[in-house]
Amino acid sequence: MASFVNEGYLRFDKIIPKKLSDKVFKELKKNPNHKWWLTSGKPFSEIWTNNVLGDIFRLPKVEGIIQSLVGPNPRYDHHFPHRVEPGKLEAQNWHADSIIDTRTKHFDIQLFFFPQDTPRQMGGTLILPGSHFRKVQESEISRYQNIVGQLPIVCKAGSLFVTHHNIWHCAQPNRSRKLRFMLKLRLNPTVRQINLWNTDDLNDPEIDQILMKSQPWTGVEGRIEQVLRIKLWRFLTDNQHFDSRYWLTRIENEPTTFFDNQQSGVYENKGV
Amino acid sequence: MSKNNTEVSPLKQKILILYSGGSALDSEIVAWSFFDATENKKMVTGDSDEPPYESVFDAMKDGWRVIQISPIQSFQPGTEYSTGYLKFEHVLEKITPTDG
Repeated sequence: MASFVNEGYLRFDKIIPKKLSDKVFKELKKNPNHKWWLTSGKPFSEIWTNNVLGDIFRLPKVEGIIQSLVGPNPRYDHHFPHRVEPGKLEAQNWHADSIIDTRTKHFDIQLFFFPQDTPRQMGGTLILPGSHFRKVQESEISRYQNIVGQLPIVCKAGSLFVTHHNIWHCAQPNRSRKLRFMLKLRLNPTVRQINLWNTDDLNDPEIDQILMKSQPWTGVEGRIEQVLRIKLWRFLTDNQHFDSRYWLTRIENEPTTFFDNQQSGVYENKGV
Repeated sequence: MSKNNTEVSPLKQKILILYSGGSALDSEIVAWSFFDATENKKMVTGDSDEPPYESVFDAMKDGWRVIQISPIQSFQPGTEYSTGYLKFEHVLEKITPTDG
C-alpha cells in the first residue's frame, strides 16, 4: 500500500490464467462495442454476473486486491475496451481520466488488464509513476511529450495494473502486426478507505523508505509530493500523528502554552 | 516569392519545450516536447526516455533561442501544498530555411 501511495499504481504480472485471458481477448474482439457507462453507479457485484469479463475480476486474488484498495462492495463506474489496431503509429496524448478531481483522500481505482503478451513494440499504455497527486484538467497536459521516469507497460498476457484514478497515462503506438487490447475498469469505494488491507506490517521501517522514495521528474516539488504522501498515509492508516523526516510535525507546531516571566514557567491558555 | 521574383526559402519554426526541475536555467530537465514545422511530423508521446539536453542553458549553447520562461509564482492561500502542471516551462525556438 505504501508503494501505491508513492507510485500511484501496483503491478500484478500474469495474475490471470492464460486460458481466461484468451477468452477475454476473444470476447473483446467479438464484441468491441458492448455497452459501457449505462450502468454506472451500480454495485460491481451486479455487473458481468454471467460474462467472462466478470470472471477475471472475481478471481479471489483480484477480489483481494480490489478490497484492499477500495474496500468491500465497490461501485462500478465504467469500463472501456481499448483497441489499438496493428500498425497504428500515432500515440495518444498524456491525460488523466475524468475532470478535475479535487479529492485528496478517497480515490477510485482503475484496473488495466492486458489479455495478451504486450511487448514494447505493441505499446502498451504509458504511465507516469507518482503523478496521481497532481490536480490537472484531463487532457490539458497533452503538450507534454516525454517525462523522465515515464513507464511503458510491457507485460505478459494476464497481467493487471491497478492505478489511482488520477494517474497520468496515454496509449502508445502499436508497431506490431497484432491487434492490441487493454480492458480498463474503474471502481468507486463505498466505505472510508481506512485500514482496508492487511496491516500486520504497519510498523515496518521500510514503509518510510517506500513512501519517501523520490520520483525523478518532480524537481523542487519533490518535498511537496512527500508531504502529500504523508497526508494520504495518515488518512489510510487513521493515524494523524504519522510523519516522516519531521516534515509535517514541524509546520503543524503552533504551541498553545504561554511563558510566564514572573513564575518562570509555562501555563496553558484555557481561553484558546 | 519576393517582389523581384527571386526564390526565397520559407523560414519555418522548430519549437522545443523544456521543463526543468527548478527555476534556474541550468537545472535538470524533467520533461520535454518537440514540434518541428520543417518536417510536419506529429508529436509521439513516449518516444524517448532521455532528455535532448541536460538543461535549458545547454540547449541555449546549442543555438536554441529562449522565447518564454515560466515566471516564479507565489502560492495562492490554501494551495501551498498542492501540485499540478509541470512548473518550469521554457519555450525555445530555431528558425530554419526550408524548401517550402
